[in-house]
Amino acid sequence: MRSPADIAALPDPMLRAEQIVKQYPGTRALNGVDFNVYPGKVNVLIGENGAGKSTLMKILAGVEQPTSGLLLLRGEVIEAAAPREGLAHGIGIIYQELNLFPNLSVSENIFMAREIVSSFGTVRHKEQDDIARRLMARLEQPIAPRTLVEDLRIGQQQLVEIARALAEEVSILIMDEPTSALSNAEADILLRIIGELTTQGVAIVYISHKLDECLRIGDVFTVLRDGNLIAEAPARDVSLAWIVEKMSGRSTEALFHKQTRQAGDPVLHVENLSLPRAHGGGYRVEDVSFTIRAGEIVGIYGLMGAGRTELLECLFGMQPDARGTIRLGSQAIDTLRLDERIRAGVALIPEDRQLLGLVQNLSVSKNITLASLKRFVKGLALSTGEERREVQRLIEALAIKVSDARQPITTLSGGNQQKVVVAKSLLTRPNVLMMDEPTRGIDVAAKSDIFKIMNGLAEEGLGLLFVSSELKEVVAMADRALVMARGRLVATFEGAAITEQNLADASVSAPAVIHPDEHAA
Amino acid sequence: MMLLQVRAYIALIALVITFALLSPAFLTTGNLIILTKQVAINAILGIGMTFVILSGGIDLSVGSIVGLCGMVAGWLINEGLILPMFGVSVFFHLWIVILLTLVVGVVVGVVNGVLVTRLRVAPFIATLGTLYVARGAALLISDGATFANLVGHESLGNTGFPVLGAGTLLALPYPIWVMVLFAVVAAFVARKTPFGRQVYAVGGNEKAAGLSGVRTGRVKLLTYMISGLCAAMVGLIIASQLVAAHPATGETFELNAIAVVVLGGTSLMGGRGTMGGTIIGAFVIGVLVNGMVLLGVSAFWQIVIKGTVIVLAVVVDQWQQRMQQKALIQA
Repeated sequence: MRSPADIAALPDPMLRAEQIVKQYPGTRALNGVDFNVYPGKVNVLIGENGAGKSTLMKILAGVEQPTSGLLLLRGEVIEAAAPREGLAHGIGIIYQELNLFPNLSVSENIFMAREIVSSFGTVRHKEQDDIARRLMARLEQPIAPRTLVEDLRIGQQQLVEIARALAEEVSILIMDEPTSALSNAEADILLRIIGELTTQGVAIVYISHKLDECLRIGDVFTVLRDGNLIAEAPARDVSLAWIVEKMSGRSTEALFHKQTRQAGDPVLHVENLSLPRAHGGGYRVEDVSFTIRAGEIVGIYGLMGAGRTELLECLFGMQPDARGTIRLGSQAIDTLRLDERIRAGVALIPEDRQLLGLVQNLSVSKNITLASLKRFVKGLALSTGEERREVQRLIEALAIKVSDARQPITTLSGGNQQKVVVAKSLLTRPNVLMMDEPTRGIDVAAKSDIFKIMNGLAEEGLGLLFVSSELKEVVAMADRALVMARGRLVATFEGAAITEQNLADASVSAPAVIHPDEHAA
Repeated sequence: MMLLQVRAYIALIALVITFALLSPAFLTTGNLIILTKQVAINAILGIGMTFVILSGGIDLSVGSIVGLCGMVAGWLINEGLILPMFGVSVFFHLWIVILLTLVVGVVVGVVNGVLVTRLRVAPFIATLGTLYVARGAALLISDGATFANLVGHESLGNTGFPVLGAGTLLALPYPIWVMVLFAVVAAFVARKTPFGRQVYAVGGNEKAAGLSGVRTGRVKLLTYMISGLCAAMVGLIIASQLVAAHPATGETFELNAIAVVVLGGTSLMGGRGTMGGTIIGAFVIGVLVNGMVLLGVSAFWQIVIKGTVIVLAVVVDQWQQRMQQKALIQA
């Protein structure tokens, strides 16, 4: 599967996109892009956010129509007018966002819109369940076909989505960030399935921000930047440095730069923090104690479900059942409401930017000031002048790319949206800034900016606490790393001891105490 | 958002021109004042409804609040507050009557708000419940009878109630001034205050607003209180205009209010819309009804046309948004 080959040695492309142009209101997402999909190969497509990857995939799958350009399937021009017709051509797609029906069962999801029907027109549930069970077994997930999707973990949901694509006889399978919600073990299962499919001659189109993963499985690499095709190369000509350079036009070293700082007085003190499970006993966060000092960046590493996000939620006042002492400087904040904690000096940048970070109908400016409106009140009304000045200051300080602070937030790229959420948090003048997966789903350049911002804030004396599931990020950024497993704090590393190996080992070393409801949770 | 308002303006101007051409009586001062006085009812209800809808809710109880508050005012003026344990009835000064009536409207709003925010009842269901309860309460007050001749009594010091509906200032009836006052204050609150900003944020993304420290429950509660207050004001105006309070007053007013808000370009999903739009929406309906009456269109056809216009407006919205996107692509 990893046989590196010259482009010349590659088989003829099964699917070829020629000079694809896609024009959206205000932006040209694709600017005359050629793209080849080779049979039996993993065709990796990479590019920063907004480079046009997802748009190109939607065009290949027939979900979107190109403004101009041709699609050639085995040399014949096709017009995939609808997703169903894309499937008729043997092209399947697994989307970045989950496209499941949480209220329906696993097998109903797998067979949505292509139910197995009896001659009376009724659905043959038993047959569907049997196939669903086999598919899930192939993915090493012993999930009953009648389980509701909403009862599954995110990682399992993503595997259901993959099962849905596998249920089709596809010759081309497009995967857009398929591992973003998977644990390492689950991702390995997926990569094994990909290997099986390519040996059967299926062409895989693979999109991922996880570059090491791409390097591991990719046969052919195509790089897009700003809607343009930058390069196509076989695996043996490709390295991490090559990818980063092609993607962003700059070299790797600039990305991570750890700085040494002097940590100051403790700003956040957590003692015996626990969060009981709502049902079935046990804890989601169990007896966690730690301290964060001014000017310190503390990273929390752990696998999915280790309780990292829940820990931040407890600290921010989102979990009313949390028990324990939380002190901000000398002030106890564990009995305060969320808005009072913000005023006391805690800020949280949530993981899910769209769901929890942004108010989509408001402008960039109004999003930034949403958490600090009181400060801008003059008499009865908001002082728009002062609001505009503060917003402008933050836009410049964080280098947020906007043409006008009043433009809709939805017109910004993922990285710039994330900077807006950061700006909103900073405007509340926090002493402690908590960030849950601060670089999730943003491109390399924006990642580097976020890291710079974090370093700058630590310089200014903020205490930073961030959660990440990317080892490299924790190693690169953290002055101190905490490792969580099964709700507990299982290890702390400092300085040179923060290595990928140490973190990964600690995250799985926890005693295997399995709660009765572990499978459902 | 801007475009939607422009669309409503154009519809309004087109209607005015059409009726002016078809009926010489339309563009007379007298008719325009009558028209605006009728518009005031829908506009004031629409203003409260706009707050609720912007925050992502709906208030079906406003029509019943109109009825209930009219009855409360009528009762307090004609019979006073009866205190059986002392065997007396207490009559209040007119201003106190008005204040108490407004408080009743706000209290119904509080009930709606608590049902929605604390007890997590869907707004549609919660306010459907209060729609029935408030209407029932209005009927219970007088056992279904009308309080007539609400002029008060010199000796009780509660005269002057009809002035609210019939009196004028600078040749314009008071209800129009009340509408102007409510509209100006509401537009200011929506655009210029933290509360207004928070209403839009809660309607746009309640979870994100909550994590930004917005007390979403309190914001929603306040929108229902404002809606209750507006409905109570309408109840007072109608009772004053008729110099009587009838328990069935205000039936289906909630649907007029929603229609006015939607015509004004406010999204039923919450988070998008303006007070100005709602006022224009109220005028569109008002001009339409008034013009059709002048032209002698049958009352039954009026209802059909009104419904058609509301749906057409939304269809045009959708169509216009698609055109706008296409225009952007070609630009």
